[in-house]
Amino acid sequence: MSELIIKNGYVFDPISGIKGDKADIAIKDGKIVEKVSSKAKSIDASGKTVMAGGVDIHTHVVGPKVNLGREMRPEDKLFRGDYRGGIVKQGYRMEMGYSIPTTWKTGYAYSRLGYTYVNEAAMPPLMAPHVHEEIRDTPILDISAMPVFGNNWFCFEYLKNKEIENNAAYIAWLLKATYGVGIKVVNPGGTEAWAWGENCNTIHDPVPYFDITPAEIVKGLIETNEYLGLPHSIHLHGNNLGNPGNYTDTLDTLKLAEGYKAKNKFGRTQVLHNTHLQFHSYKGDSWGTFGSAAKEVMDYVNKTENITIDLGCVTLDETTTMTADGPFEHHLMELNHRKWANCDVELETGSGIVPFVYDKDVAVIGIQWAVGLEIGLYAKDLMRTFLTTDHPNGGPFSRYPRIIKWLMSKKARDATLDSMKRKDKVIAATDLASMDRELNLYDIAMMTRAGPAKALGMSSMYGSLAPGADGNVSIYNLDAKKIPSDPELIEEAFSKTAYTIKEGVVVVQNGEIVAEPKGHTIWTKVTMPENLQVMRDIKEKFTKSYTVNLENYAVFDDHVYRPRALEVEVA
Amino acid sequence: MPKVYENVGCPYCGCSCDDVRVTVSDDGKKVLEVENVCAIGTEIFKHGSSEHRHRLPRLRQPDGSMKEISYEEAIEWTAQHLYKAKKPLMYGFGSTNCEGQAAAARVMESAGGCLDNCATICHGPSFLAIFDNGYPTCTLGEVKNRADVIVYWGSNPAHAHPRHMSRYSIFPRGFFTGKGQKKRTVIVIDPRYTDTANVADIHVRVRQGHDYELFDAFRMVMHGHGDDLPDVVADVPKEQILQVAEIMANARFGTVFYGMGLTHSDGRNHNIDIAISLMRDLNKVAKWTIMAMRGHYNIAGPGVVWSWTFGFPYCLDLTKKNYAHMNPGETSSVDMAMRDETDMFINIGTDAGAHFPIPAVQHLKKHPWVTIDPSVCMASEISDLHIPVCICGVDTGGIVYRMDNVPIQFRQVLDPQGLLTDEELLNKIADRVDELNAQGA
Repeated sequence: MSELIIKNGYVFDPISGIKGDKADIAIKDGKIVEKVSSKAKSIDASGKTVMAGGVDIHTHVVGPKVNLGREMRPEDKLFRGDYRGGIVKQGYRMEMGYSIPTTWKTGYAYSRLGYTYVNEAAMPPLMAPHVHEEIRDTPILDISAMPVFGNNWFCFEYLKNKEIENNAAYIAWLLKATYGVGIKVVNPGGTEAWAWGENCNTIHDPVPYFDITPAEIVKGLIETNEYLGLPHSIHLHGNNLGNPGNYTDTLDTLKLAEGYKAKNKFGRTQVLHNTHLQFHSYKGDSWGTFGSAAKEVMDYVNKTENITIDLGCVTLDETTTMTADGPFEHHLMELNHRKWANCDVELETGSGIVPFVYDKDVAVIGIQWAVGLEIGLYAKDLMRTFLTTDHPNGGPFSRYPRIIKWLMSKKARDATLDSMKRKDKVIAATDLASMDRELNLYDIAMMTRAGPAKALGMSSMYGSLAPGADGNVSIYNLDAKKIPSDPELIEEAFSKTAYTIKEGVVVVQNGEIVAEPKGHTIWTKVTMPENLQVMRDIKEKFTKSYTVNLENYAVFDDHVYRPRALEVEVA
Repeated sequence: MPKVYENVGCPYCGCSCDDVRVTVSDDGKKVLEVENVCAIGTEIFKHGSSEHRHRLPRLRQPDGSMKEISYEEAIEWTAQHLYKAKKPLMYGFGSTNCEGQAAAARVMESAGGCLDNCATICHGPSFLAIFDNGYPTCTLGEVKNRADVIVYWGSNPAHAHPRHMSRYSIFPRGFFTGKGQKKRTVIVIDPRYTDTANVADIHVRVRQGHDYELFDAFRMVMHGHGDDLPDVVADVPKEQILQVAEIMANARFGTVFYGMGLTHSDGRNHNIDIAISLMRDLNKVAKWTIMAMRGHYNIAGPGVVWSWTFGFPYCLDLTKKNYAHMNPGETSSVDMAMRDETDMFINIGTDAGAHFPIPAVQHLKKHPWVTIDPSVCMASEISDLHIPVCICGVDTGGIVYRMDNVPIQFRQVLDPQGLLTDEELLNKIADRVDELNAQGA
């Protein structure tokens, strides 16, 4: 029986509504409790900020495309950072890589930022055993992974025939087969089109051969998700990412959720999570007229309660873009002409990888940077607006402290804007320079913990300091009553926690790894009546089209590490 | 009653077939029958229950003979030598599962040594090209379901990957390829008229060692300079170059499967680099993918596992302890051996004795040499210590990566009868090295 008490910190916990009051947080046997005995180990957090462990709703940290990115970019390892060059080896294993760190560095680096649970945003089902091998080798963090369904042949066929029940049975089966957590959709229909070298640029472009449109896929998957009552909503990367003028397609996509209501027992209220909204909020008809549509898109999001979003900020770094949106990566390679990897996956999905330099002296990139921050600053409900970089696409997760700085300080935003060569063009094409809003610590706690945990349907476990939640706590060297006027100190405080506590174990102290317990694999277990039609369809596809036998496709139980199931029952 | 195992993975080539049927004797010790598998795969399963298998480690004695010792003694011997060595090298992994490869990474990080895999002598040039130019690829099912043009360049699956053409490329009837071979155009580019060329629609007889020029010619056509081609390039007539380029440009979905005819003839990594550039050209007008014909059933594995562990797929120098370093030429096994830089050698899941140049083997042999392998091979017979382990896919399961990097879950069919798996053995060695490091610190 282990007991821990964190005393006298300024606590920010949106789930219990604590807004910076001094409070004690007690942990017993890995869970938050009302109180502990006098024998409990005590941590003095006076003058510090206390929040629940961070929750990343959308990141690419484990799996085949992340790893192909690591493999094809030895130069990414030359970014030495503080933890290379023979300076420090803090944990049991060495830490390598910058934009696409190794699994070990991923676990350590997230922990130093105070994050304890991350959601891998794209798992190709066929490659699920690979994802779970990497989860095994990622220390400390709890991890879930979302299988991709937006280009899946089963879903195409069921949804075309409006067979929601069959689609639901298939998805339930696949979540079990892959130990996946929810429904991810990437460029619906477009990646299947890319298998023939084509794309679906609007929600009404038909998918070659399958005779279904992205709009029908998205609506069908929303219906399926709510039929099942999964913890998370569908998690969507829409069509036409990254192009000038795409905000109208984004609004068309968001409107697909109209009329749907969340049905689940997990406290989730949205039916659609639109991820990395920054990449979908552009005006203009060419790179020359490129501009921000953050206001137009956020006006819609603000008034639409059944939608959540995350930012997908650009951090102005050299990074590695990677997505299951195969045609987009090919398009990006045609723009920057750097090396390009692609992997189309039979019957299911595809992916692409291109290194990218977000050079702040290029106007379009300065505008992208501004759009990401504008989305955060235009947001009225920060319980529906989450901080991400679409790691590593807009920049590495290790830059989250810098984004917090920008969101909390106009001075910091102005300083970055001032350093841009095309500053005037960026100012003219965006609203950022005229926005005075500065977010506070409670806002940040919503965007980085409470909000994402609620949207994932897991606020009873994560992102919360209420009794019963996992004992995941981060303590920052930031006096909530005396926020420093120098924004750099905000970034520094969020870069290295004073303490990160994972299930009651101190894993980081003064910014250094001191323990590395193993995390859990979070997945959704759906129990529903057997569907003979769907089982027959599955057998048929494996006999005729797959190159792996059905019996070897589902991840064997002994290849899943410390699983923790969220249970759903469908009558 | 004999027991039948279905959906068994085959530990032979990079096809990593997972549809094998193995019948095993009642006591789980003998393989009676193997079905669905090629002749070579059959032999590997049969070897699993061979009476000639060693089941205990053997340590070389002062008189040169080998004496059986316990696993505990072998683990202690290996850990002590690793702890003492300044630059030990562990090399191999074509025939181990990923769990073993992950444990090996742990051993060599703790010991501060070098770690390399068979890619260093086969598809290493592919890695070099991928570092420079990327890798537009797909899974094998995409080829089966979509491809209407197949190119084998410098590879001969009829012998090296016996079921490749029937399971994945030329013959299967896939979703959009219901007519199978009838509707596919097969092009084989090879200096020899191989058994694979024998089933091709077009055999392009490139001059040996001149593949780069032929790639260049195809790229010229793609860039609109076909008229400027000389009458013959690399022994191939201009008409045939234009004909093949036309087929490629008009493909619905094409795949190039290339092998060691490209990675280990003149040009090496540059051949792969330009092959990838040709794919980039072709993807402007059609859909094309490329795939390395990886040799062994899990030789893709170490590149995958070590990329997530260290960020590099091969040629790892972990002697710096705090960070990994990779520089093929400097940190590649054969180069280090030729310069006599390593002071201990662990050969695992391969046979460096048979595959390395003789001077490299002679240098390695001056220092302690451990072979971890289920079989007796040239490496095991010149070792100071031979530690037999389970055969992945026979005595133990585990995850392996097929040539298209699709993870395949292998199964155990035989009772290991006391043999350790690579993973168990290596983790015990790592535990012991950690203890020695702690005592020494």
